[in-house]
Parts: sequence; structure tokens; C-alpha cells
Amino acid sequence: MDMNTITLATEMPARAAADVTARPARIAVRGLDFFYGDNRALKSINIDFPDRTVTGLIGPSGCGKSTLLRVLNRMYDLYPGQRATGEVLLDGVNIIAAGMDLNELRARVGMVFQKPTPFPMSIAENIAFGVRLHEKLSKTDMAERIEWSLTRAALWTEVKDRLDKPATGLSGGQQQRLCIARSIAVRPEVLLLDEPTSALDPISTLKIEELIDELKKDFTIAIVTHNMQQAARCADQVGFMYLGELVELGTAEQIFTAPRAQRTREYITGRFG
Amino acid sequence: MSAAVSHDAEYRAARARVAAQLGRSRKRTDRIMQGLCMLATFMALWLLASILIMLFWAGFKAISPTVFTTITLPTGSNGGLLNAIVGSLVQVGIGTAIGTPVGLLVGTYLAEYARGSRFGDVVRFVSDILLSAPSILIGLFVYQLLVVPLRGFSGWAGGVALAIIVVPIVVRTTEDMLRLLRNTLREAVIALGAPKWKMITLVCWRAAASGIVTGILLAIARIAGETAPLLFTSLGNNGWNMDLTKPYPSLSVTIYAYAGSPYPDWVALAWAGALIITLGVLGLNIIARLLVRSR
Repeated sequence: MDMNTITLATEMPARAAADVTARPARIAVRGLDFFYGDNRALKSINIDFPDRTVTGLIGPSGCGKSTLLRVLNRMYDLYPGQRATGEVLLDGVNIIAAGMDLNELRARVGMVFQKPTPFPMSIAENIAFGVRLHEKLSKTDMAERIEWSLTRAALWTEVKDRLDKPATGLSGGQQQRLCIARSIAVRPEVLLLDEPTSALDPISTLKIEELIDELKKDFTIAIVTHNMQQAARCADQVGFMYLGELVELGTAEQIFTAPRAQRTREYITGRFG
Repeated sequence: MSAAVSHDAEYRAARARVAAQLGRSRKRTDRIMQGLCMLATFMALWLLASILIMLFWAGFKAISPTVFTTITLPTGSNGGLLNAIVGSLVQVGIGTAIGTPVGLLVGTYLAEYARGSRFGDVVRFVSDILLSAPSILIGLFVYQLLVVPLRGFSGWAGGVALAIIVVPIVVRTTEDMLRLLRNTLREAVIALGAPKWKMITLVCWRAAASGIVTGILLAIARIAGETAPLLFTSLGNNGWNMDLTKPYPSLSVTIYAYAGSPYPDWVALAWAGALIITLGVLGLNIIARLLVRSR
């Protein structure tokens, strides 16, 4: 990480003009604590994810940013010994309460991971897999949905002639865009991106960042990243986390040009992390 | 530091002498070790080769179309092995048909549901013991379980005994292959809103398919030549019997009976049978290897 991250903030005056972070919250986190066994990994987190904006979560390794993301679709439920307390309100409903239909929740809150995770099936089947879990579509509707999602993920022109070929034959960057297409094909409201470009080359990274800019017109996006330039480029709102706490939350411009907290200043200037 | 080291000619000569001596003894040790390893390798290969050469020589001499078209007959009547071959195929088929689903489900349970649980550890331990249990013990077990209560040897009992051998092999390979999958693959399926059983059946099994099939093929190869578990269960049958509730013929038991007989034509048929099993198992192993490589 270089020291010049602050200068990047000057490249985004247009975004600062209309403060999208003032939009109503799609997800509102209130007093969230998270435990791995007895280890308290998140401490009284309060954060709003405004509708159809990109919220970037930054911070050093182990600060809890991925943990926070994994609370939002309750991925932690897969693992015994992990639990969350507090409130995570999705459209006003507390999703971490008992009795939540997790499959339905995950249809509304999609997730893309650090490493591309193509399923061992064809490109078209990869997309159809997720759709079929929640909807019964006719063949033509399914074909339309596949084309729509691949187009939105900026992959359609590259794969339209080989939809029936194995997805594992795609390049890493293409696989990651396929995973994004697979997630949005389910038509979620929220998209969680957990370091989606850290395993990709610069050109694929650029494509995905452009894609995020496009997708935020329709989806509320939360992105965890180790790359501060990426947060500056993609996010409208940025949260800096440290040791399980949300130290500071503000517009990207404010965080990268005028951080209020000492810790934030030190982190974005590369003093630690 | 170079000042501290003597560089006169005498010193250098002395050093060279020691080095040469040391080098000679090291080279000698190396040559002896290499020789011993080669000797052991040649002995092992020689044993293997002589078994195979003998098998192929005696087997191909005895093999003829009659072996595949005629059932086992009394000595001197130009009999074949047809009933034994079909009997083996049927019992191996039953063993695989029963053992594979059980093994697949147990292996899946261990890999996907029982991670870190005490019960899972116990199941894994028992399965691993079963993997190395003497097969005659399994024969005796099924004898007590099915043959004694039902008052008779039967093809079913033989198939069940073989199934018991198949289960732990398939459990082991299924669990190993599923554990090789990245956990993010599982999370990616769950993140789409899929229930766990769909994650396992539609994605995990498919991702591990070639490895799991390889395990099944190796299990088939293993039971194809088993004799001990069949001796107490299906017993063998010299006639054309396809009634699975009666004593049932098999290649391995026929080989066992014929190879020890005093009649040269029966001994020759035993060789032919051994060759058929060996080639079959070899074929299965080659397919399994190709599958692993294509992954």
C-alpha cells in the first residue's frame, strides 16, 4: 500500500456533490456484537447501509470487516460456536433473530467471495442453479434471465457462444464476473462483496470496479477491501474498522481527505495495517 | 579472516589427502546403499514378474472360447467357467449396489455433517477398522447373520458379504474427496440460498465425482477377487444356478476348488479363471487411474 492514497480522493468530486449516503438505510445495524466462541470479534457495531449505494469496509486483517459482512447474510450460521447479538434490520426486520428463513434471506442478500467459486457445471447452469432455488421459470424466461444477468455482469459478449461449456474453463476474472452474475440473477436487494478482486489481475479488477459502479443503480452494495484505492474509487460511504470496532464512518471523500479519528488517519496514510 | 588461515603448500596437500580419503569412503557407502536398494527392487520386481509370467503363460494356454460358453463340468468333459463368471458378476454387482450407496452416504455424513463431532470420530474409526478387517471374518459374520438363520448358503449372502467390504472403501474415498473441496465452494452455494442437502447433492458430489467414482472402481476391483467371504456365504455351485437363494457359483471359489484338485483340466481352468480376474481388475485400475488424471 503506498502513501499517496489521499490524493486519490481528489478524483471524485462528482460523487461528493450528491451525498447518496443520506439515503434511507436498506440495512441498519444496531448494537451488533459477534462471538467466535468466547472471543468477541465485533463490538457494539452501529452502521447504516444506505439504499443503492456502495459502502466500503476497510481496516487491517482481523479487524472484523469480513465478519460483519458474514453477519448480513448469516453465513456464520454454518459454523457452530459463532453467534451474533443485537439487531440487523433489513427493511425493518431483524434478520439475526431466531425464526428467520435463511434461504429466503440469502436470496435477498447475495454474496461474492474473494476467490472465484464456479460450480462444476456449465456457464448457463451456474446461473440457472441459483435462480431455480427460488423461482420456477420457463425455458425462455430462464434464457432471458441468464442473458440479463451476464449482461449486467459485463460478461455476456465474452461467453454468449459457449454457455454450455464448463465454467471452470473461464479465466479468473471471468469466473469472478460469473459469480457476480450468478448472485444478481437471483435478484437480491443487497450484494455483499468480500474482497472480490484480491485474487485478480489489474485489468479484471478494473472491470469489476466499473461493474460495481453500474450495479449500485439497482443494488445496495457492501464491499470489504484491503485496497484503499479501491475503496476510494468504488465506495460512496467508507467505514474504517479496527479490533472489532467501527472506528469511523463517513463519505469516502471525508474518510480519505479529512479523517476525524487518529487511527483512521494512521491507517490510510499507511502508518500501520 | 584470511590471515588466520594457513595457505602454504604443505597444508593444502594435507587437506587434499584427507578430502580424497573421505570422498572415497563416502562414495563407497553411497555405492553400497545404491546396490542394496537396486537388489531389493530387482527381487520385488522379479517376484511380481514371475507371478505374472506364470499366470499369463498358464492362463492363456488354458483359455479358449469354451471357457466362456460352457459351465463347470466334471473332469474330462471339457467344461468351462460360464456359470462361475456370471455368478461372480452378479455377486459383485449386488455387493456394489448395496455397498456403494451406504458408503457414499456415510462418507458424506462424515465430511459434511459430522466435522469435529465425537460420533463422527467413532464412525470413522470403526470404518477404518473394517477397512483392514480380515475378509474371512466378514464371511463368518454374514454366515452367522444370514446363512445360519435362513438355513442355507445363498447368492444373497455372498453379495452382502462383498457389500460389507465395499462400504469402508467407499466411505474413505468419499470423505477424502469431499474434504478436498474448498470450503468457499460450499459457502458460495449456501450464499445463493440453497439448503444444505442441495449443496451436497448438486454441487459437492458433482465436484468430487471423479474421485468418488475412482473409489467405487477400486472397491469393485477389490471384491472381484475375494474368496474368503464367499466360502461361508454363497459356497459355490457347479451347476447353472441363477437362483440367489441357493448356493451360488463364483470365479474365485471355483479357482480355489479347482486349483487344489488332482485333475489337470480343472487346474488349467483355475489358471484361466485367475487370468480373467486379473485382467478385469487391471482394467478397472487403469480406468480409475485415467479418471484421477483427468481431474
